[in-house]
Amino acid sequence: MATASSVPATSTPTLPLALPAPRKTPMWVYAAIAFAALLPFIGGKTGLISNFQFLQLSLMIVYSIAVLGLILLTGFNGQISLGHGAFFAIGAYAAAILIDRWGWPYLATLPVAALFCFIAGYLFGKPALRLEGHYLALATFALAVATPQMLKYRHLEPLTNGVQGINIFKPDPPFGVPLSADQWMYLVVLSVAVLMFWFARNLLDSRIGRAMRAIRDQPLAADTMGIDQPRVKTITFGISALYVGLAGALHAIIFEFVSPDSFRFELSIAILVGAVVGGIASLPGALIGGLFVQVIEKYAEALTKKLSHAVHLPIELEPWTIYGIVLIALMYLMPNGIAGGLAKLWSRIKTTSGNKTA
Amino acid sequence: MEQFIQQVASGLASGAIYACVALALVMIFVSTDHLNFAQGEMAMFSAYLTWQFIQWGLNFWIALPVCMALSFAIGVVIERAILRPLHHQPVLSNVVVFIGLLAIFHSMAGAIWSHTIKAFESPFPKVQFAGSGYIGPHQIGMILVTVVMLLALGAFFRFTPLGLAMRAAAQNPVSARLAGVNVGWMLALGWGMAAAVGAVAGALVAPMVYLEPNMMASILLYGFAGALVGGISNPAGAVFGGFLVGVLENLVGFFGNALEKSTGFYIIGNGEKLTVALIIVITILTLKPSGLFGRVTVKRV
Repeated sequence: MATASSVPATSTPTLPLALPAPRKTPMWVYAAIAFAALLPFIGGKTGLISNFQFLQLSLMIVYSIAVLGLILLTGFNGQISLGHGAFFAIGAYAAAILIDRWGWPYLATLPVAALFCFIAGYLFGKPALRLEGHYLALATFALAVATPQMLKYRHLEPLTNGVQGINIFKPDPPFGVPLSADQWMYLVVLSVAVLMFWFARNLLDSRIGRAMRAIRDQPLAADTMGIDQPRVKTITFGISALYVGLAGALHAIIFEFVSPDSFRFELSIAILVGAVVGGIASLPGALIGGLFVQVIEKYAEALTKKLSHAVHLPIELEPWTIYGIVLIALMYLMPNGIAGGLAKLWSRIKTTSGNKTA
Repeated sequence: MEQFIQQVASGLASGAIYACVALALVMIFVSTDHLNFAQGEMAMFSAYLTWQFIQWGLNFWIALPVCMALSFAIGVVIERAILRPLHHQPVLSNVVVFIGLLAIFHSMAGAIWSHTIKAFESPFPKVQFAGSGYIGPHQIGMILVTVVMLLALGAFFRFTPLGLAMRAAAQNPVSARLAGVNVGWMLALGWGMAAAVGAVAGALVAPMVYLEPNMMASILLYGFAGALVGGISNPAGAVFGGFLVGVLENLVGFFGNALEKSTGFYIIGNGEKLTVALIIVITILTLKPSGLFGRVTVKRV
C-alpha cells in the first residue's frame, strides 16, 4: 500500500500519484477469512465460544465497517466528519422501520438502508462541499449533536416510535442450518464485511479512488488534471455514509433495538476514535479500530475501575477519559494509528535486513 | 405582544451566554485558526469548579474570580503543553485533540462530581421591579455581567500595550515577532482568556440549566452559530451574533407555538432547539461563511 501511511496534507511529494502496482491479496487474508467463517462450526459446536461472544465479535465487525466508512472519507479524501453517528442512526432506523412496520425480511433491508444512507450522505455532502477542514468538522459536529433530537421529531413518531424506540427480533438461520441466531448473524455480518472491504480496496484502486487521494493531497493539482472535485467529493461522502449506514442497519438487527438516545454524539466520537486509533488511511486499520471501539465499550468500565483502584485515585475514572487520553497520545506517538505504526516498524525491519543482504 | 417582548428579553439573556461562548471561540480562532470543540466542556468544568468553591463556603462573587483565574491557568497549560507542539500539524490532528479534550473534561466532571443534576443558586437578589413580568433578576444580571465583561475586554484590547501585542500576534505573527512580541506566549494568553470568559458563561448559565456534564452541549452549538453569524474572525461581531441567535432561538419556539395554537399544525418547537442551531450553522457556512461582519479571506494559491 504505497499511500497508506500518509495522512492528509502531509503526504510525501515524492510518492507518484500514478498507478500503483496492482495489489495481490496475500494468502493469509483468505486463510483468515476462511477461519473466521468456520468459527461458528468449530467454536460454536464445541462450546468454546459462547453466543454472547459471537455477539461481541459481530459488533466488532460492524464497528469496523463503520470505521472503514469514515476512513474512506477522512483518510483517503481528506474530509473530516465528526457526525457519522447520524448516518449510523439513519441506517439503523431504516432497517428497524422496514422490519417492524412493513415486515420486510431483514436481509432485504440492508441494501435499502445502504442506498438510503448513500442518498442522505450525498445530500449532506452537497452543501458541505464548499466547506473545508474546520468548517466541515463544525457542520458535522452540529449534525452529530442534533441527531437524537431530530429522531424524536414529532411528525416522525409514527415511524420511529419516538423516545421509546423500536424493538425487533434477531432472525433464525434459514433452511434449518444448525446454528444459533447469534452465530448465524455473525456469519451474515462477516460476509457483508468481507464484501465491503473488497469493494473499498477495489474502489481505492480505481479511477475514482485515485481522484479521491489526489484531492486529499493536492486539491489544486487535482483540479488542473481535470478531476471533477465536487462530484468526487460528494460521491465519496455518499459512499462513506453508505458504509456507516450499513453498519447501523446490521447493528440494529443484532442488537434488536434502536432508540434516539443510542445515537448520541458519543457514537460519532467512537467512530472517529476507531478510525484514528486504527490508522486513518489504512484498510486493515479499520479492523483494529472496530476492535478498539468494541473493547473500550465492553471493558473500559471494568478496566478504568481497576486502574483507579490500582493507582489509588480518589475518584473513579470513566471510559471517556481513556478515549480522550488515547486520542491525544496517538496524535503525538502514532499519527497514522496502530496500522500506520506497524507498517512503519515493518518497513524499518525490511530495510535493515535488506541492507544486510545487499 | 407581551409574550413577544418576554421572549425577546429572555432571548437576550440566553444570548448573553452565547455571546460569551462565541467570544471565547473567536479569541482562539483568530489567533490559532482552530475551532475549539472543547470550549463548552471547559466552561462546564469551570462552572463545576465555581459550584465547588461555593459549597466550600465562598461567596459567589469571590468564587467566580478565583475560578476564572483557575480556568485561565488551565487554558494556558493546555495551550502550552498539548496544542503548541501540534500547531503546524494538519487540521485533522488538531480536531482530534480537541475532541480528546472534550472527552476528558466531560468524563472528569462526571467522575469527580457525578452525573446527577445539581442546583446552582442564582447569585442575584430575587427582587420585584417594574417590568419583572418580562424578565427575571437573574437574566438581567446575566446580561449586565456579560456586557461589563465584554466592555472590559474591549478596553483591554484597545487601550493596553498587552492587548495591542495580543492583537498583533493574532493578526500578523511574523511581523509581531519581528517587532519583539513574544507570539507564543500571546497565543497561550489568548487561550487562558478564552477559558476565563468561558468560565463566566458557565457560572452564569448554571442557575438556569442546572449543573450537569451535558449542560453545555446545546450552548456550545449556539455559541458556534453566534460566532458564525457575526463572523468568526470578528470578536465584536461574534458577540452581536451571540445575542442574535439567542433571540432567534426563543422566537422560533414562540412562533412555532403560536402557529400550532392557531392552525393546530406543529412544525417546530422547543424540542427542536439543536436542529435550529444545526440549520443556522449550515446555512451560514454554505451561504456566507464570513458571517455578517467577518472579513473575507482570500486564499493565495
